Amino acid sequence: MNTGIQLAYLVASVLFIIGIKYLGKTKDARKGNFISAVGMLIAIVATLLTLDVLTFIEIGVCVLIGSVIGLYYASKVPMTKIPEMVALFNGFGGLASFAVALSDYYLKSETNLASLDAVNLTSILLSLLIGGVTFTGSMVAYLKLDGKVSGQPITFKGQHALNLFLLIAFVAASVLVFLDPTQVTFIVILIVISLLLGVLTVIPIGGADMPVVISLLNSYSGMAACATGFILNNNVLIVAGSLVGASGIILTQIMCKAMNRSLVNVLLGGFGQTVATGGADGPAVVVKEIGVEETAMLFDSASSVIVVPGYGMAVAQAQHVIRELMEQCEKRNINFRFAIHPVAGRMPGHMNVLLAEANISYDKLIEMDDINEDFANTDLVFIVGANDVVNPAARTNPDSPIFGMPILNADKARTVIVSKRSMGKGYAGVENELFGYPNCLMLFGDAKQTITKVVSEMKDMA
Amino acid sequence: MSISALIVLIYVLVLASYLGFELISKVPPTLHTPLMSGSNAISGITIVGALMACNEMGYTTLSKWLGMFALVLATINVVGGYAVTDRMLKMFKKK
Repeated sequence: MNTGIQLAYLVASVLFIIGIKYLGKTKDARKGNFISAVGMLIAIVATLLTLDVLTFIEIGVCVLIGSVIGLYYASKVPMTKIPEMVALFNGFGGLASFAVALSDYYLKSETNLASLDAVNLTSILLSLLIGGVTFTGSMVAYLKLDGKVSGQPITFKGQHALNLFLLIAFVAASVLVFLDPTQVTFIVILIVISLLLGVLTVIPIGGADMPVVISLLNSYSGMAACATGFILNNNVLIVAGSLVGASGIILTQIMCKAMNRSLVNVLLGGFGQTVATGGADGPAVVVKEIGVEETAMLFDSASSVIVVPGYGMAVAQAQHVIRELMEQCEKRNINFRFAIHPVAGRMPGHMNVLLAEANISYDKLIEMDDINEDFANTDLVFIVGANDVVNPAARTNPDSPIFGMPILNADKARTVIVSKRSMGKGYAGVENELFGYPNCLMLFGDAKQTITKVVSEMKDMA
Repeated sequence: MSISALIVLIYVLVLASYLGFELISKVPPTLHTPLMSGSNAISGITIVGALMACNEMGYTTLSKWLGMFALVLATINVVGGYAVTDRMLKMFKKK
């Protein structure tokens, strides 16, 4: 291959690395994304230069279709649905790698059988396996996040045995492909197995474990690109793919740590099903209700407030009215901050994006480890749509399924108000003992509606 | 593929993965969502492979059709991924 084109790939790889470096600084992140996009453009143009000009028509049509769909979706998707979009795009990336691998296999098996050596075949099979699992796994994650299928874990007897059997069958069929690479039947079997494995490995995982699943699938899509790089003997695919692979693995680790669970435990799934009975044994929690006016008065008289947002805030679309609440408090010189638990929401950093969309300055959003000490000196903690991440049982009750999970010490504040639709349980199916604490008050109702009323009460007071 | 060529690719894989771990572990949680959608767009680099797979004349072969299919998907991944990441990062402001 042409030296100039190889050098262009090198430039693209460096731009991806610089881009990711900048993506780590809030101030420069947008620039970083742009730099990485320029890298992608260079890689694409360099590749086009190696191609036959006569194929540019169909390439142009495909790129146009893809760009229109991509741009349309990217500009329309609401910020609450970002996890769904990332899952969907992940799936597309995985399927693209899968299709490239298959295309390469057909080309070589028909025209140049000798080039299908051991390295090449291994790469093709890995790309099919990882790409296939990424595709169907991401689709199931998408359907779960979007509520098109139940977010509840789907488990059945012999599930793990079946997965293991399929994996062994994949290896066995791979060996047969090695013995005779022209056997298309085995390739079809391999395809079916990889697609099935994607579905089977994601269905037992519950809705609230999705931050882990999305991170992991993100990593897989990078690995699939990497495997494709081995097929095509192309370094830029390997560099970009392994950067993404590493990124996904780190986020997966962070998410698992924040839930005090091992990756294996998350992947085996079924969390929250068996524990539901354990939680119901204890005495029912007696809670104290609070109305809108009293809530407004408590805000009015506080000098420091911490808001703990959770997925429920996103569901209720309450982030914009919370900004109004913040403005009311800041008018009164109340120290108003947000405490963000790492697994709040349905993907890593989900709450930060939602609050940024509501025009809340990012220096108001404080990470768990940096704010946990401050709860004890805080007048008022306002919990909106969060549950398990503030359950003191994680510290106090060794029998609780969430015991050991790092939580926000909301209970240590002078007063805690919980905005909640009803007395439902968290995803872990555990009673939240915080709700029964003497300093805890429940503000029942739709978060957006009740907070709107609180804000208008506060406006009247001023 | 010769063994020496394979070794070079493995070198690249190992070093890039290490670099990835180093870079990403420094990203603050605030930026995890844009990081994920931005890296998702980067994983669309498979578009390079898709373009190469389209490099065949005529529409008679399955490999050509698969290449075109991959190209549409990879383009959605790349264009949509970068666009949505930019849209998100635009909102991150400090007042």
